[in-house]
Amino acid sequence: MLGKQPIAFKVGLFILLIILLVGVFAPILAPCDPYQMGTPYLRPSAQHLLGTNDLGQDIFSELLYGTRISLIIGLVSALAVTVAGVCIGMLSGYLGGWWDRALMEVTAVAQAIPSLPVTIVLAAFLSPSLWNIIIAICITAWSGTARIIRSRVLQLKELPFVKIEQTMGASHGYIMARHILPNLFDIVFVRGVLAVGNAMLTEASLSFLGLGVIGQKSWGGILHYAFFRSGIINGYWWWYLPPILCISLSVLGFLLLSYGGQQQLGRRN
Amino acid sequence: MVLEAVGLAKRYPGSARDTVSQVSFSIGSGETLGLLGESGSGKSTVGQMVAGILRPTAGRLFFQGEELSFPFRGEARRGIQILFQHPEVSFNPRLRLWDSIKEPYRFRRIPCQEDALVEFLAQFGIYREHLGRYPRELSGGELQRLALARVMLMQPKLVVLDEPTSMLDVISQAQVVHLLEEVQKREGVSYLFISHDQILCRRFCSRILELGGE
Repeated sequence: MLGKQPIAFKVGLFILLIILLVGVFAPILAPCDPYQMGTPYLRPSAQHLLGTNDLGQDIFSELLYGTRISLIIGLVSALAVTVAGVCIGMLSGYLGGWWDRALMEVTAVAQAIPSLPVTIVLAAFLSPSLWNIIIAICITAWSGTARIIRSRVLQLKELPFVKIEQTMGASHGYIMARHILPNLFDIVFVRGVLAVGNAMLTEASLSFLGLGVIGQKSWGGILHYAFFRSGIINGYWWWYLPPILCISLSVLGFLLLSYGGQQQLGRRN
Repeated sequence: MVLEAVGLAKRYPGSARDTVSQVSFSIGSGETLGLLGESGSGKSTVGQMVAGILRPTAGRLFFQGEELSFPFRGEARRGIQILFQHPEVSFNPRLRLWDSIKEPYRFRRIPCQEDALVEFLAQFGIYREHLGRYPRELSGGELQRLALARVMLMQPKLVVLDEPTSMLDVISQAQVVHLLEEVQKREGVSYLFISHDQILCRRFCSRILELGGE
């Protein structure tokens, strides 16, 4: 089944599977407790593959544990953003009238607000917990998906099979769930996968600014301490480069998966 | 009288003029009224207003003597059905035909007896092996016959036929027209037959109303 998928899809899936496995098995794979302190600023060695940070914590172990927070925030935010975008876009496009006008006004406002500054302000005002970070990421991120879904629904609802359902007496809820939603799968997949990458990037930005989840290791958090505890100025590449590579690699993985999925679904349609 | 339309008009949002205006007609039981007109004359708009898909801007519709209000409900909702021009998009492409064809039972709130359904579909030249497939796996003629069968499962009094043969090859056209005649004879259903084909309209319809003409 995977043999027929585009190469981009397979490469993306491979990268993400590795990241997922690393996240799940971090406690087994990590050579040290990432919170255990020791000799600071050690260079990479057999004992500490990526050296130690300013507190003497093993950076390689931090990186493995950091995968968890980045993935959880990315996946949960993407799920929330996609569900919200699909519901708002579908209601707006299918019901039309004042529903459409009201929901599209809200969407326009959400799109007009610059998302990163708002997320930063929200993250700064809300206490920095996992769920508050997710809320801060989701607050404006749904709007693009909602607009795209609405456009597709406007096309779909003009197709005969939807009109026939109306004449047979199907309810709006039934038509949306049974006939509209399954035909949105390609957009939902592509937008959902992209949303994971975007959310991971936003989480890394927030953590880098010191607004991330307190007390938990994350890639953005490692980068934050590398920057603010002189790791970058002193050229400790083993401290700041690995989280940058991990963030880039996972975003690339999601982009490839989305691009490959789009190609495959386009071919099938 | 199955249906009476009085002074139907439709103006689409943003348009400066009515797409159709002052359209009046009536259709008797078991009768076929032809609605003839050139492309853009508003035939399909009239058909969709009669089927309750579009809300008329002006005018009144009566179904079996009772005035209809939009959206249609109850007996009128079930009693007026529509068959579209494009059979390939008359079924949800994501559903197997078996799932689509069973839907009328759901809306009529009666249990679907599969053997009886298969027997019914055989009258339309559709067999069990067709039903496990997706719409893209059937020909246009087969899909249109299946779409007609689905319409008839609703037991309508009036079917709006919106150019049901215009996208089909000559053989499939003949099959569908023959089937429509047979169904009408058997069930006593009325048709509003929308077409731009004068010859077909004159052969198939008892009366003809020309849109855009005087």
